Amino acid sequence: MGNHAAAYGAKLAKAEVVAAYPITPQTQTVEKISEMVASGEMQAEFIKVESEHSAMAACIGASAAGARAFTATSSQGLALMHELLHWAGGARLPIVMTNVNRAMAPGWNIWSEQTDSLAQRDTGWMQIYCESNQEVLDTIIQSFKVSEKVLLPTMICLDGFSLSHTYEIVDVPDQQLIDSYLPSFDPEYKLDVDNPQTFGAMNSPDWYYEMRYQIHRAMVEAKSLIIEANKEFDEIFGRSYGLVENYRCEDAETIIIASGTIASTAKDVIDTMIRNGTSVGLLRIRSFRPFPEEEIREIAGKAKNVGVIDRNISFGHEGVFFTETKASLYDLPEHPKAFGFIAGLGGRDVTPEDIEDMIRITASGDADEVTWYKLKDAGVVVTK
Amino acid sequence: MRLTLPEQELMSSGHKGCQGCGGVMAMRYALKALGEDTIVVIPACCWTVLEGEFPYTSLRVPLLHTAFETAASASSGVRAALRVKGKDDVNVMAWAGDGGTFDIGMQALSGAVERNEDFIYVCYDNEGYMNTGIQRSSSTPYGAWTTTTPVDAFEKAHKKNMVDIMVSHDIPYAATASIAYPEDLIRKLNKAKSIEGAKFIHILAPCPSGWRCASNQTVKLARLAVETNVFPLYEVEHGKYTINRKPRKKPAKEYLSLQGRFRHISDEVAAEIQEQIDAGWEKLLKKEKDSME
Repeated sequence: MGNHAAAYGAKLAKAEVVAAYPITPQTQTVEKISEMVASGEMQAEFIKVESEHSAMAACIGASAAGARAFTATSSQGLALMHELLHWAGGARLPIVMTNVNRAMAPGWNIWSEQTDSLAQRDTGWMQIYCESNQEVLDTIIQSFKVSEKVLLPTMICLDGFSLSHTYEIVDVPDQQLIDSYLPSFDPEYKLDVDNPQTFGAMNSPDWYYEMRYQIHRAMVEAKSLIIEANKEFDEIFGRSYGLVENYRCEDAETIIIASGTIASTAKDVIDTMIRNGTSVGLLRIRSFRPFPEEEIREIAGKAKNVGVIDRNISFGHEGVFFTETKASLYDLPEHPKAFGFIAGLGGRDVTPEDIEDMIRITASGDADEVTWYKLKDAGVVVTK
Repeated sequence: MRLTLPEQELMSSGHKGCQGCGGVMAMRYALKALGEDTIVVIPACCWTVLEGEFPYTSLRVPLLHTAFETAASASSGVRAALRVKGKDDVNVMAWAGDGGTFDIGMQALSGAVERNEDFIYVCYDNEGYMNTGIQRSSSTPYGAWTTTTPVDAFEKAHKKNMVDIMVSHDIPYAATASIAYPEDLIRKLNKAKSIEGAKFIHILAPCPSGWRCASNQTVKLARLAVETNVFPLYEVEHGKYTINRKPRKKPAKEYLSLQGRFRHISDEVAAEIQEQIDAGWEKLLKKEKDSME
């Protein structure tokens, strides 16, 4: 299952300190790491903290002291960490975390939705959305490499249940090969009694602004490093993912943009539709931060119609991927028509038929800008 | 002259503390005890500011600033990193105010002490949110004025007993200490250093700005707090209570009358405070007696 892939990823990456708190649907990651640490299979300190807030605080302390730190969470747990996500980003600590995408309460809902992680967009974390359990494992290893170069943390997102609890075959690479790919963490600055320094001191308007710019620059530079890390990974392990995945988009009139498992389902749909004569392709967004605007322009810029499926909602506006995609296409001299679809909130199934339907709506070029796909008539009362 | 305190100074002048700050003295003594092989973790509190502003610092040991409620949890992470790197001879000291300890940081502290993390947690207690301009905390004593407990509605709740809360966690070592008794304070930090697991030291740190007293009264007030039994000096080692000083008790009024924050209190309230202090002292004596049996 995806949760175990995450645990094995942390083990292979030789995470030295893990501080985590259980939450559905991430729990098996915590359980598996506990087992592996207890048996000595994984050489790490596992701090069984009393909350996600403390999980991230402990990772911050560990990373600042020079250890490779890992944690895993989901939804409410991620929201509880929010303050410290800013802290980890601002402190330039290369912590890696998996977040199992799950809807936010109320009402209580443990199923898949991306609003939890997208609400953390501006915390200074890189965000990678995975479509398979293999990709989860591989991305953890790649992310430590990238994070430790740019000194920014990475959040790796996997859909609740459709990845976290789904068993699929995952290749667990040889440790020696991983070691040759990922060197040990040896930061230039850390808490060290032989070289005492202060971290995170008061910072006036004189310098705070420049430090924010440095974070921004590092995140922008991470784009090429993510690509490079994938290339190098490909050479050793034969797998590569990139910032985005271009799935049969060449000369496609209609391009659908999605992330996570909706994207992997869409691939099957697209194969069938192409066979039946529809000109369609999929652009899967893998890296949400840094955002791959050049890639989106290049791949989707020449399409006639673009449809973005969002398993998330920015209330009062539209889906988050839709907003960012449109902004990327805006400065093209001629840009495609763009349509947004809100679908699958709170874990509602997004079936191949649904995706085909959304592709057809997009291809027609005639739809509302944003469609709440298959919204039931619940007698909505907006205001009185 | 024979010095009774270590000479080494790991805190420099030029910090941004207020005149007569008890928290500054507390840090200076604590570092004298712990020495240079110490990593300090400071959450939001007066020390966040008074330590210095980038690119300056007043500490000569590594210092990690962290979020308000995370002194204990961030320290846990630092300790884990040191352990995994095989550095077992380094002290980790969490250094938090009463707000970060009694209130917002309580959950993380409880978790860390329950896990028996190998660290020294020091609460320098100035009995209120002094850094934000004197608001009440759950450490503010009965009767006191703060900006959120104005004289018409002065503080009515009783101060939490943090040491007892820590003892309820089966903490290996907990103690109170005072800047007016630096030898005792340093002895306690040295003892804390020698014990493995979680250690909690509660230091009363008078705050002239917040207590509305003259800045040259800090040490005097800290001493009076001990002499009046407002803040008794004691330590608890594996559940065993030892009272370090049993003063010939002075009336609480001597302590209260030097502080503007108690200026409004009636004789009735003052008598009530005296009763509370006496009851607290009796309770402490009983704890000492009971734990010896």
